[in-house]
Amino acid sequence: MSLHDQDDPALRAAQEDRLRAVWKPPSGLFLRWTDCNNNRVGVWYVLTAFAFMLFAGVLALIMRTQLAVPDNDLVSAGTFNQLFTLHGSMMMFLFAVPMFEAVSIILLPQLLGARDLPFPRLSAFGYWSFLLGGVFVGGSIFFNAAPDGGWFMYPPLTTRTDLSGLGADIWMLGLSFIEVSSVAAAVELIVGVLKCRPPGMQLNLMPLYAWYILVVAVMILFAFPPLIAGDILFEMERLLNWPFFDANRGGDPLLWQHLFWIFGHPEVYIVFLPSIALFAMLVPTFSNRHLLGYPWIVLAAVGTAFLSFGLWVHHMFTTGLPKISLAFFSAASEAVAIPTAVQIFAFIATLWAGRVTWSTPLLYATGSLAIFVIGGLTGVMVAVAPFDWQAHDTYFIVAHLHYVLIGGTLLPLFAGLYYYWPLITGKKLSDRLGRIAFWMLFVGANLTFFPMHFSGLMGMPRRVFTYPAELGLDGLNMASTLGAWLFASGVAVICVDLCLSPRRAKAQRNPWGAGTLEWLAHPDDEDWGIRSIPLIESRYPIWDQKDFVQKVDEGRFFLPDAEEGRRETIVTTVLDARPLAVIRLGTPSVTPILTALSLGGVFILTTYHLYWAALVCAVATLACAIWWLWTGTAEIPEKPCKPIGHGIELPLYISGPAAPGWWAMFITMMADATAFSGLVFGYYFFWTRHADFPPMAMADGPGMYWPMVALVLGVTSWLATIAAREVHARGDVGIARLLLMLGIATSLAGIAAGLAGPWTHGMDPESHSYPAIVWTLTVWTVAHAGIAAIMQSYALARSIARRMDPQHDADIRNVTVYMHFFALTAIVAYATIGLFPSLS
Amino acid sequence: MTDRRPHWSERLKVTLWTLIVPPTIWAGHFLFSYLWAAISCAKAGAFATFPTLFVVGTVLALTLIALSGWIAWNQGRIPGASPPHEDSTDIDRLRFLAKSTLLLACLSFVGVLFTSLPVIFLRDCL
Repeated sequence: MSLHDQDDPALRAAQEDRLRAVWKPPSGLFLRWTDCNNNRVGVWYVLTAFAFMLFAGVLALIMRTQLAVPDNDLVSAGTFNQLFTLHGSMMMFLFAVPMFEAVSIILLPQLLGARDLPFPRLSAFGYWSFLLGGVFVGGSIFFNAAPDGGWFMYPPLTTRTDLSGLGADIWMLGLSFIEVSSVAAAVELIVGVLKCRPPGMQLNLMPLYAWYILVVAVMILFAFPPLIAGDILFEMERLLNWPFFDANRGGDPLLWQHLFWIFGHPEVYIVFLPSIALFAMLVPTFSNRHLLGYPWIVLAAVGTAFLSFGLWVHHMFTTGLPKISLAFFSAASEAVAIPTAVQIFAFIATLWAGRVTWSTPLLYATGSLAIFVIGGLTGVMVAVAPFDWQAHDTYFIVAHLHYVLIGGTLLPLFAGLYYYWPLITGKKLSDRLGRIAFWMLFVGANLTFFPMHFSGLMGMPRRVFTYPAELGLDGLNMASTLGAWLFASGVAVICVDLCLSPRRAKAQRNPWGAGTLEWLAHPDDEDWGIRSIPLIESRYPIWDQKDFVQKVDEGRFFLPDAEEGRRETIVTTVLDARPLAVIRLGTPSVTPILTALSLGGVFILTTYHLYWAALVCAVATLACAIWWLWTGTAEIPEKPCKPIGHGIELPLYISGPAAPGWWAMFITMMADATAFSGLVFGYYFFWTRHADFPPMAMADGPGMYWPMVALVLGVTSWLATIAAREVHARGDVGIARLLLMLGIATSLAGIAAGLAGPWTHGMDPESHSYPAIVWTLTVWTVAHAGIAAIMQSYALARSIARRMDPQHDADIRNVTVYMHFFALTAIVAYATIGLFPSLS
Repeated sequence: MTDRRPHWSERLKVTLWTLIVPPTIWAGHFLFSYLWAAISCAKAGAFATFPTLFVVGTVLALTLIALSGWIAWNQGRIPGASPPHEDSTDIDRLRFLAKSTLLLACLSFVGVLFTSLPVIFLRDCL
């Protein structure tokens, strides 16, 4: 097809009909929910997260009302504990993080000029997991069963089943389930940003939003898994009585605090950076110029991401760690102020250098910066350990964190809401209501939280359900309560504005006159994402590239058609976005829902100790996942290549590091390896905390013999898989199958050998933290050996079923990536449990 | 322009991985500092008055960060393409990555200095 073909209106109409048919969402009472177009799933995601935010906000209002006057008895102490725990947990896990993921899966395909992100079914799976887990956790309060140990769930209060009820299990298992969906979203977003950019969009032209999302998604990979590791240890203690956090039996409650805050501090930046990323989009639009200091913003995002992993102990300043350790974390906490400030100065400079259009979104943006800066300044104060010793666990901290989160997450999201509402619905929100709401929110937030600095310094502790009149805190608390109600009224005004939206007329296209790709979206939205995938030459193509919008609309760029009736998008190279291939995207399917439901069953049934039913669900999850992979991935195309316009022909199948599937496996396994390192950290943490670890009486288990046998078997399985990949690529399919069988056999034998070590030495995991952590590392590793055997069998079955051949070998290449990580796990785990006891 | 022979530092391959070299060194140094302090305090009950291991680790980290910053400085000044260097060309992409790496090197350098200051001022574990 040549450029001039697109001059023909009839051809364009025919292309549009084909695209419309291919991207038509499923309809029907049930089937409509099987949709997996990120545009649509993203909207469900946003609405669900918004609903959870309103719910958690109501919980906060009840708390503030209880605290309005001294000695109040609106709620009991027990209910109050559930209220603050659920408020914090829901705002973090069910609102802030999912909202960023939700907004990103809506915006990214449009920002990247892609038809869709590479794994739409994965996003759908993530959404259904989130919905199910969120309802499970949030709904528990109606049964008086909500978690009540604070959002960080410190043991031993929460691990002792005589001191805490089902709520702790609901928190651990419900939120672990949601963490799975967060990791799924991270995979989708990272691969989307790296591999699905439009041709020409080199790294230096990427919208800053995409930079931030890339950084944040990578942070999720390293931040969430330590919490998953902590959750595993926590539930092992609650359900099986393995004493990881019980000081009487060699455990240590501080281990939980470490694992929690290695997650918990980066988490703050995980929810802050994506919101700031929205500024990076709207500030240039309303300054009518390019953003100043593009590399400086990238510095800020990447620098903050790294430094944020060196801050976690500043939540633990009062736990009695060596002062020198505290000082390291104090230093890093001060250093993170540098990149955080850099991006704010870049925004201010852009506004200063530009011709500012004052608009409602910009009002929210500037207002939130003011609030955020106050929170940042108190952050610098509490990063100084001696100050923190005074302020710790008082309302000063409550004030600090709410300034940061309201200024750094909530108000920027409202700015984004007013900015991007026309993109999603084609209609603008009311400027008048928006401004009224803004001032209610702005005054309300300050009225609520500014007095808390003083009440905190005057001695008001966090998490108390009431206080005596003699403390003299009535006035400050009443001010905070009035502020909270004002703030809530502001949110109500925004809700009213949203509800009035369906009655309003459509706005014009690109109503703010923005320069970035997402504003190609038409008010009467089509489901195909973008009419043709453009060639990018500028950071603001709508402003800078001649006739850009018209060329996109007339299909004059790439992939303007769907001749084969398939959903497709272009995959490009990581650095300079050269086109590599056309990939076929997942279509609506019930597999994501069924997989989410069965996985949810595993977590929820375990909460109620229904282990056999949970096992059935686990098998169902495995079956769903294999069905999903078998029918939906690595499909051999009907022809090797297809033209995408402008004389370019691209392959329809790629494998190895060029392919999105390979990256997804690599990224998932990075998260897996990080969780594993959390468990290994536990082992060595116990060693530093105890004079004798392993304890002399137990040090002969698991011995050296069986761990070394298991290590050799694991490495053999790994080498067999690599060899299978290599001979398969050369065409020796028969030998490759034999090697895979060898791999399966050694993986399975590795399970037995791994378990034999602790088993033959009669190690009792309930007796002491040492046998407990040895068993945990062993079980983790043999479980991975089991998955290795399943994966190798899968590759073998694909080969036998002729769904994999030497030219189409994505399956075995992806399995090999898993095996690299499996080998690493086996070596570290078995060397630790087998060799370390004889060294120490 | 074509007869100009590029300096060895300009010929190094620049990718997303090289961008994160300086902060990764910071992270490595930070982890090293934390482990050094935790293990010294837990196992020896104190750390040495002149902690040789810590000084060597810090100097090594600062040197490596400075080196990657210097390489990035050279790469960011490779001639070609025109300002403001915001186009879809190889040279602009290189200049962008180099400049970002340089900025990250500066931040990481300061970060390592921050981390090492407590060892100068503190003398015991308690």
